[in-house]
Amino acid sequence: MIFANLLGRLNLQAFQHPLITEGAAVSMVVGAVAALALVTYFKKWPWLWREWLTTTNHKKIGVMYILVSALMLLRGAADAGMMRAQQATSVGSHSGILSPDTFQQVFSAHGTIMIFFVGMGFMFGLINLVLPQQLGARDVAFPFLNATSFWLFTAGMVLINMSLVVGDFSAAGWLAYPPLSELQYSPGPGVDYWIWSLQIAGIGSLMSGINFLVTIFRMRAPGMNLMKMPIFAWSVMGAMTLVAFAFPILTATLALLALDRTIGTHFFTAGGGGNAMMYVNLIWAWGHPEVYILVLPAFGVFSEIVPTFSRKRLFGYTSMVWAIWAIVFLSFTVWLHHFFTMGAGADVNAVFGIATMLIAVPTGVKIFNWLFTMYQGRIHFASPMYWFMGFVFLFTMGGVAGVLMAVPPIDFQVHNSLFLVAHFHTMIVSGVLFGYFAGLTYWFPKIFGFKLNERLGKWAALCWIFGFILAFGPLYILGLMGATRRLDHYDASLGWQPLFIVAAIGAVIIFIGVALQIVQLIFSIMTRGWNRDLTGDPWNARTLEWATASPPPPYNFAIQPVVHERDAFWAMKHDDGKDMKQQKYQPFQEMKNTGAPIILAGFALTSGFAIVWHIWWLAAAALLGLITTLIVRLSNDDIERMVTVEEIEKVEAEIAMRSRPA
Amino acid sequence: MSEVALGIQEEEREADVKTTFGFWVYIMTDCVLFASLFATYAVLHRNTFGGPSSNELFSLPYALAETLVLLTSSFTCGLAVLAAQRRNKNLVLACFAITALLGLTFLGLELHEFRDFVLQGDSWRRSGFLSSFFTLVGTHGLHITSGLIWMAVMIAQIQRRGLTRGTLRRLNLLSMFWHFLDVVWIFIFTIVYLQGVL
Repeated sequence: MIFANLLGRLNLQAFQHPLITEGAAVSMVVGAVAALALVTYFKKWPWLWREWLTTTNHKKIGVMYILVSALMLLRGAADAGMMRAQQATSVGSHSGILSPDTFQQVFSAHGTIMIFFVGMGFMFGLINLVLPQQLGARDVAFPFLNATSFWLFTAGMVLINMSLVVGDFSAAGWLAYPPLSELQYSPGPGVDYWIWSLQIAGIGSLMSGINFLVTIFRMRAPGMNLMKMPIFAWSVMGAMTLVAFAFPILTATLALLALDRTIGTHFFTAGGGGNAMMYVNLIWAWGHPEVYILVLPAFGVFSEIVPTFSRKRLFGYTSMVWAIWAIVFLSFTVWLHHFFTMGAGADVNAVFGIATMLIAVPTGVKIFNWLFTMYQGRIHFASPMYWFMGFVFLFTMGGVAGVLMAVPPIDFQVHNSLFLVAHFHTMIVSGVLFGYFAGLTYWFPKIFGFKLNERLGKWAALCWIFGFILAFGPLYILGLMGATRRLDHYDASLGWQPLFIVAAIGAVIIFIGVALQIVQLIFSIMTRGWNRDLTGDPWNARTLEWATASPPPPYNFAIQPVVHERDAFWAMKHDDGKDMKQQKYQPFQEMKNTGAPIILAGFALTSGFAIVWHIWWLAAAALLGLITTLIVRLSNDDIERMVTVEEIEKVEAEIAMRSRPA
Repeated sequence: MSEVALGIQEEEREADVKTTFGFWVYIMTDCVLFASLFATYAVLHRNTFGGPSSNELFSLPYALAETLVLLTSSFTCGLAVLAAQRRNKNLVLACFAITALLGLTFLGLELHEFRDFVLQGDSWRRSGFLSSFFTLVGTHGLHITSGLIWMAVMIAQIQRRGLTRGTLRRLNLLSMFWHFLDVVWIFIFTIVYLQGVL
């Protein structure tokens, strides 16, 4: 009996699942164990600990972010595949491959994972890789905080995936609207998994937001005033401002839902004086800016890629900056368009409808700026431009659908239909994901020293673009025909099945694209001798991150660059780069490696798991461990080491050796 | 060599500036967190669900006493920073000890109020209004608690290491944090207690 109490509400039943979930759980556990076994077998633990797990270097953290996000993309895509299979087959007397409950968990997990653990992770990964170098800085403002953010993100990721193995996941949708997500209707641990994995990862994101803001404000190279900053850095500044203002709302909202579920408060309950619509307002006050948090850096990526591959400077730099800040501001004024049907009345709906249409204006400005940059340029159709072309076409279509839905009476017709699902997938897949893929292809040689295979990259992009059209085009039509979202079964007489089958075929083509990307990565690594970047500037680019070697030394710049113009590196290239070469090296301070971030995240993960299962003693112990670790770390004044001139000379000599053609 | 030393000094000064600026940004995010809780309170404060209303529950003199205690602690915290600028270690420790004592008193008063409400049967489970009250005021109390833990660590550190660059920096951040909590409390006093009773 005492033993049972020690485990909270955790019992053997938590390990019993339907066949499909069991298969996924087993394969995930086997994969993880196999990875750990390989590391042990090759005696790589010391290396892994020293070089990666305890690193505070922004580039390594960036690589780890993208690795985790790529794994989660596969998980989210598997969920998507199951949904497409279910909806293509579950018609009439057939019930498809998933039970209704599993189907609900699958779509909840798909949305949550794609936004939080693919979108956010990929974004922070790219920012980490590029931003400090673009600013001419040696690292971010707070490297320890940066590592902690990453490990908290990973802890959230582990927690959400643990729900596959222990217990089950939320079946309340990706935003867990109450009253469905309240204890009364979702008594299991699923919603708690959702809350605590997001809470842990979200606090990491919030700290990243602060970190990158300070980096941008305080660590720009001498001479780089704000209006000389690359547009990617501007877009990160906009996105991180949104993080700083929006993520605390998420933290508060999740905490309130958790209080409702664990100590019996009445914030969002149906009875007791709660107000469920308040949750919907709060979550979208975070959720709408979140969309722009994800897409602004992608816009920034395109603003770097298009000028580089058009051999022209960006058209309308100033208007780009204004567009970013218009979007930042307006993104806090439109949240109600997610629930026009709440019944706030015609006046309120009209205000939010007009605000929603307004926000399309700065976005349109950006689209035109990119197109005018290409106009009369010498365009090189490298694979990043394939992603861009797909983006411009799809994003504009999706945007027009969005403006259509900004009209409240139309929204009443298509609310919660597949039309909406098709719209926001168009925005997020073509806007966010294509942007990040383009960015990864573009900056890959900078980080790893060799290019990804172009031919495979182009095929992957084409599969994604045309697969996407095939997968989501039918959903627009189905939505207008009345198909609601989250359907696990429909009647044969509706005649929807052919369109769902087309959508499933589209999904298969997207999966071929994903497979091509994996092949591209493996093939490029195997043949890296062919594509080595010896110059540090493989694309003939314009901004400072290309001024270093590929891969750059840990400290990026041996000599602090001085900026005079907007496209600083372009100016240097056409000016013999005299600023970079004629100075002496100076020693500088560098953050030492530390195990504290991963330990902190371990405690956060443990307490999250313990709270999900109501194992209170463990939650308290883990929290105590977390606080103690934090105090010990923050009391430590010996966290930096001096990088000497001799050390810099040695590293620079190695780089000079490496870049000499064999 | 002196050029190098100058460079290092410059780096350290910049590190202080960065940390302080970062902490300001953090405080701003915490403001948004409290703003969300205030909004929640504003929406729910009439949802008494048959339970007591703010009018029946709150005692203004009691809340005023809490306010005065916390305001005084902010004053002594400010004195600690002034003493630190004069490098007077013992005065810093004394001021922090008084601040911590006042902080503890405030926390005790708050917990006492909570206890009374709960014993009357008016806990956070009673109504939406009380849920939002306990959460808003409790979140502030939680911040005060972390501030007190921080202060304890700070006192120990200053005692052992003296007023070094590191301890001075953290001391300044702590005082920013403490004043911030004071400001939040002023809003709680005004919006929750004063408006609740008037």
